Amino acid sequence: MTPLLQITNLHASIEDREILKGIDLSVNAGEVHAIMGPNGSGKSTLASVLAGREDYTVTEGSVLFNGKELMELSPEERSREGLFLAFQYPVEIPGVSTANFVKTAVNESRKHRGQEPLEPAAFLSLMRERMALVEMDPSFLQRSLNEGFSGGEKKRNEIFQMAMLDPVLAVLDETDSGLDIDALRIVASGVNALRRADNATIVITHYQRLLDHIVPDFVHVLWNGRIVKSGDKSLALELEQRGYDWLKQESAVEA
Amino acid sequence: MDQQTLLDEVVGSEYKYGFTSDIEQELLPKGLSEDVVRFISARKNEPEWMLEWRLKAYQQWKTMKEPTWPNVDYPPVDFQDIIYWAAPKKKPELNSLDEVDPELLATFEKLGIPLEEQKVLAGVAVDVVFDSVSVKTTFQDKLAELGIIFCPISEALENHPELVRQYIGSVVPPNDNFYAALNSAVFSDGSFVYIPKGVRCPIELSTYFRINARNSGQFERTLIIADEGSYVSYLEGCTAPQRDENQLHAAVVELVAHDRAEIKYSTVQNWFPGDKDGKGGIYNFVTKRGICAGVDSKISWTQVETGSAITWKYPSVVLKGDNSIGEFYSVAVTNNKQQADTGTKMIHIGRNTRSRIVSKGISAGVSQNSYRGLVKVLPVAQGARNFSQCDSLLIGDACGAHTFPYLEVANSTATVEHEATTSKIGEDMLFYCNQRGIDTEAAVALIVNGYAREVLNQLPMEFAVEAQKLLAISLEGSVG
Ligand SMILES: Nc1ncnc2c1ncn2[C@@H]1O[C@H](COP(=O)(O)OP(=O)(O)O)[C@@H](O)[C@H]1O
Ligand SMILES: [Mg+2]
Repeated sequence: MTPLLQITNLHASIEDREILKGIDLSVNAGEVHAIMGPNGSGKSTLASVLAGREDYTVTEGSVLFNGKELMELSPEERSREGLFLAFQYPVEIPGVSTANFVKTAVNESRKHRGQEPLEPAAFLSLMRERMALVEMDPSFLQRSLNEGFSGGEKKRNEIFQMAMLDPVLAVLDETDSGLDIDALRIVASGVNALRRADNATIVITHYQRLLDHIVPDFVHVLWNGRIVKSGDKSLALELEQRGYDWLKQESAVEA
Repeated sequence: MDQQTLLDEVVGSEYKYGFTSDIEQELLPKGLSEDVVRFISARKNEPEWMLEWRLKAYQQWKTMKEPTWPNVDYPPVDFQDIIYWAAPKKKPELNSLDEVDPELLATFEKLGIPLEEQKVLAGVAVDVVFDSVSVKTTFQDKLAELGIIFCPISEALENHPELVRQYIGSVVPPNDNFYAALNSAVFSDGSFVYIPKGVRCPIELSTYFRINARNSGQFERTLIIADEGSYVSYLEGCTAPQRDENQLHAAVVELVAHDRAEIKYSTVQNWFPGDKDGKGGIYNFVTKRGICAGVDSKISWTQVETGSAITWKYPSVVLKGDNSIGEFYSVAVTNNKQQADTGTKMIHIGRNTRSRIVSKGISAGVSQNSYRGLVKVLPVAQGARNFSQCDSLLIGDACGAHTFPYLEVANSTATVEHEATTSKIGEDMLFYCNQRGIDTEAAVALIVNGYAREVLNQLPMEFAVEAQKLLAISLEGSVG
């Protein structure tokens, strides 16, 4: 089986400082991968590089997504091809209603696939249905995107947008941070509801507790720009108990 | 200038509305003198008092100096190098659109303003000011039934001279400022509106202005009177052909609202802003003022300013009647080398008068965008209230946004609130949009329209849609 995502020896720098130092990762359709690691290890950088943020320079390696070289596509093309990033820090856009924003986004992807824009009525009912997945009140549709939303509401809004865009590969960057246990459960059940055999999810987190709700097939530990250990979900539990230091020592010995 | 030169100018133009219509025109030689003022007045068969009024304005203008306080920079205007009169040679007497010169209709096609459609679909009566003489007025009959007068001001001078005489210059006196004086001396034409007592004008009144004759400065004069308990919404929108030389535009708009009357005046201004180097754009020096003369009256200005090389414009309201309301909603976009100095004045005289100012500046390129506003509360204006919100949005690092809010409050019971913000379309915002499949150009349009929403919401529906597109077009290529 050709993987959905194939990252090979990926190096990336920002302002001449190398952050990703050779990442190899392959994700198949139907899988959930968790990427864990201490703060500053490069998790968000990896997510940003996949999504095409210009601040980062890819100096080496390749990323194949659905058979296409991701690095040759603009960020919006990557999105329209089915790559979704749930941001660690979603931005606020004053004056642009959530409904209008999501409608614009969805219609861009539809246009890319040669589909007509959705009828307003069909669109509205789709939005209501998908909001229900993350228990978001429809009144949020009229509000400016993320403006004045609580941390938890912003994260739910990310998952709502994910549900609307129906991506092939979703990368969730610390979607659990700042969530209380109820919000965590809601967000996780939203993500689980969207899991299918033909899509995949990469969950970035540094807490095990999210992985109780979104159960990963694989867990990888990112440290200092490299994946230093991979395993199944038991690795997450081990990290929870032992912390990261033993891994740092282990990989320092290897290096 | 021959046709070939005109054509050459049109072909290869960057500005999509950059063309020159070749309807035959009658031009007066360049320059301004008493004779020119007399010629204009005679050409329009004006009554003697109107000529006297113009001549007096001309004498006053000669003693005045161009204002230099606005935060704009441009080479001096040579007022003797301007043509003060240009009229289509064939002045048609028309009953229907079929009789309109096909050239003119083609011009409107190019502008994307199919007159017929506008008329039928939008229910808008269109008084077209094509250069200096109004060519076509529609919906006259329907409006006449209600006693509404909506016609070129030259026609009003013929048919309702007493009304014009009573009100012209009553809000903006000829000696108000340099450009108002110039306009008073040489104004070509413009619209006249009178809404009788208790009448609610059933349609949006609309005028499209166009500057067409080469080097002919355009001096429109608009006068709108809303009698007791009446209501009118008036729309003004314009585009202009590309030019090599700067074109001067100095309009005067006067509004009078009597007891319990309401006037809503909306503008979408899209004159040629000049090319990327700022060459060839329109100079737009406008005096717009309304007076809430009666109790419980209301005047609301809404403007979307995207064009012109230089804009100098302060639609104002004199709040004379007790409990009267003045509003100013503005979006001003500057891109490339455009300069805008715009804002409002709210003069509180009556008791419990209220004013609201919402100004949204958007600067891109190397443009300069200034808000200049005055809130003045006179000692007699017991209980006056003002709220001002002045926001600036910057796109890129090379542009400038400036705010000059002036307050003169001489009554201790007055409440005056001022809020201001400056924001930037940041990389984070654009990347977030990109990640959702929205390219940068579309993202800028989305963000800018969101930012300007409070103002756009004030516009009549069809106009708001047009204005949204215009905002996007005027910022194309400003990021990335
Ligand atoms: N814009 C930036 N400029 C310079 N360094 C950065 C920038 N963004 C991230 N970094 C650095 O890259 C490293 C990895 O950061 P990040 O990917 O955010 O880590 P994580 O998400 O795993 O906490 C950190 O050392 C961080 O300081
Ligand atoms: Mg991070």
